[in-house]
Amino acid sequence: MSVATQTTAVRTGRIGRALIVTVLIFFALFYLLPLGVMLINSLKPLPEITGGNMMALPREPTLDPWRSAWSTAQIGVQATGLKPYFLNSILMVVPAVAISTMLGALNGYVLTKWRFPGHRWVFGLLLFSCFIPFQIVLIPMARLLGLMGLAGSLPGLILVHVVYGIGFSTLYFRNYYAAFPTELVRAAMIDGAGFFRIFWRIMLPVSGPIAVVCIIWQFTNIWNDFLFGVSFAGLDAMPMTVALNNLVQSSTGVREYNVHFAAAILAALPTLLVYIVAGRYFVRGLMAGSVKG
Amino acid sequence: MSAEAMPAATSRADLRGRLQDWLPRLVLSPSVAAMLVFVYGFIAYSVFLSFTGSKMLPSYDWVGFDNYRRLFGLSAWTTALVNLGIFASLYILISIAIGLMLAIFLDQKIRAEGTLRAIYLYPMALSFIVTGTAWKWLLDPGIGIENTMHLWGWESFRFDWIKDRDMAIYTLVIAAVWQSSGFVMAMFLAGLRGIDNEILKAAQIDGASNLSLYRRIVIPMLRPAFLSAFVILAHLAIKSYDLVIALTGGGPGRATELPATFMYSYTFTRNQMGVGAASAVIMLMGVASVIVPYIYAEMRQGEDR
Repeated sequence: MSVATQTTAVRTGRIGRALIVTVLIFFALFYLLPLGVMLINSLKPLPEITGGNMMALPREPTLDPWRSAWSTAQIGVQATGLKPYFLNSILMVVPAVAISTMLGALNGYVLTKWRFPGHRWVFGLLLFSCFIPFQIVLIPMARLLGLMGLAGSLPGLILVHVVYGIGFSTLYFRNYYAAFPTELVRAAMIDGAGFFRIFWRIMLPVSGPIAVVCIIWQFTNIWNDFLFGVSFAGLDAMPMTVALNNLVQSSTGVREYNVHFAAAILAALPTLLVYIVAGRYFVRGLMAGSVKG
Repeated sequence: MSAEAMPAATSRADLRGRLQDWLPRLVLSPSVAAMLVFVYGFIAYSVFLSFTGSKMLPSYDWVGFDNYRRLFGLSAWTTALVNLGIFASLYILISIAIGLMLAIFLDQKIRAEGTLRAIYLYPMALSFIVTGTAWKWLLDPGIGIENTMHLWGWESFRFDWIKDRDMAIYTLVIAAVWQSSGFVMAMFLAGLRGIDNEILKAAQIDGASNLSLYRRIVIPMLRPAFLSAFVILAHLAIKSYDLVIALTGGGPGRATELPATFMYSYTFTRNQMGVGAASAVIMLMGVASVIVPYIYAEMRQGEDR
């Protein structure tokens, strides 16, 4: 929130305030409940869950469900736990975020400081591409990845995420660079600085805040993606979200709720950490995604 | 400099100058090419497939509007559309109502505002698969909220919507609202912070009550925030896929089937690619009808930037 300093001038009475605070606390509990329940129950042995109250604290706390979720739980046909899929997600997210952010910065630079006829059209088309329902590209993408020999591979998934991430990263950098004084760029041009020199020496050094916003946004989106993962990853490149879903939905054997909860928290941990560490930038990214121009 | 070297030097400078002119376009071109192929080319290909008799693999025999006729004759598709109607309208309405209320309340000089804001917003950082997993068990009558109420002594308490064909669609609304209402709150809060306090003070001097202050002045001024929230939530609702898969798998029966799950199962498990493509085209048209006017308005507004 950019202008989060000034609060309203409206005055409320004592009873009104008590009511407001009650409602606010009630909703805080509502938002915390699912995560809290998962955390508490991930520390219980299974009989305590199936035969007990989900709100009760664990009587015999144990870390076994976490160990099982990480390294021994049955996912699909293999009892590998989530570990290999966590690695897949990392190997997919890091290059995809780096490439799409870099391209977004360059695109934003061109679209604001090196305008050419039709730049508005390019931007409008990029903007619309941020919002398409991905169902419309699933069939041709599956065909193309098959033809390129990238089906069911990490490079294939990285390609997909880069391609559909460019829209948002360009949007961020374009809006940010639009506010940067063009006169400085002109002056540098007159001094003989070329296209890349201006980008490296003038634009990139001031891009810190928007780069953080963009990286967080891309990281959260790509880490949390399910549709592309389930469609294109196959068994070898399966990301965390797909593995979690397979674990939870598997119908064989006893339902190990405690393991499911631990697994869900493991899948949520990276994005949650980013949110806790850099929440301010996370919110800014969300807002920038909704307020264009 | 000798007379002969002159033309070579100018042409080299010329070349450099021309390269500088083309460099920006050259840098942009891979992204533009990727967008034209992977977004607009792929859309064209899917639209084309929706007019062919493709089954398991794409085929190129033209069948006209047959797939669309079949699509709208399928009860599974009409169910998915009705479900989307119920889900989207409640999801948008409740998220906006809760978001607006929380934003207005948080704006009243609340001491722990920062903490509360962080708590309201964190679900937005989670994957819908995680959200679905959490709510699936909370809503499960065997071990979830119903069981807890029974153990706390409220024997007659019933909350088994997730197993009930008529009510399951509302569990989808609960989980989706939980995930995104905090985000709507943040949008409204930013809108509220942008309102000039002098206007409010003037109205207070004129004797306006708090209620009428909000109804007559503040809420009308939040129009842009309402619009943004509506557009974002509507397009999220049409695209909803992960949450359904994780929470209900489309069941019980077809009670929570949405267009996105319909498209996936018809294309990839039932091998009706032509019908699947047609359903994707309808989804795209739904999203476009919300997004395109919005983008158009935003771009006109930002004309000078």
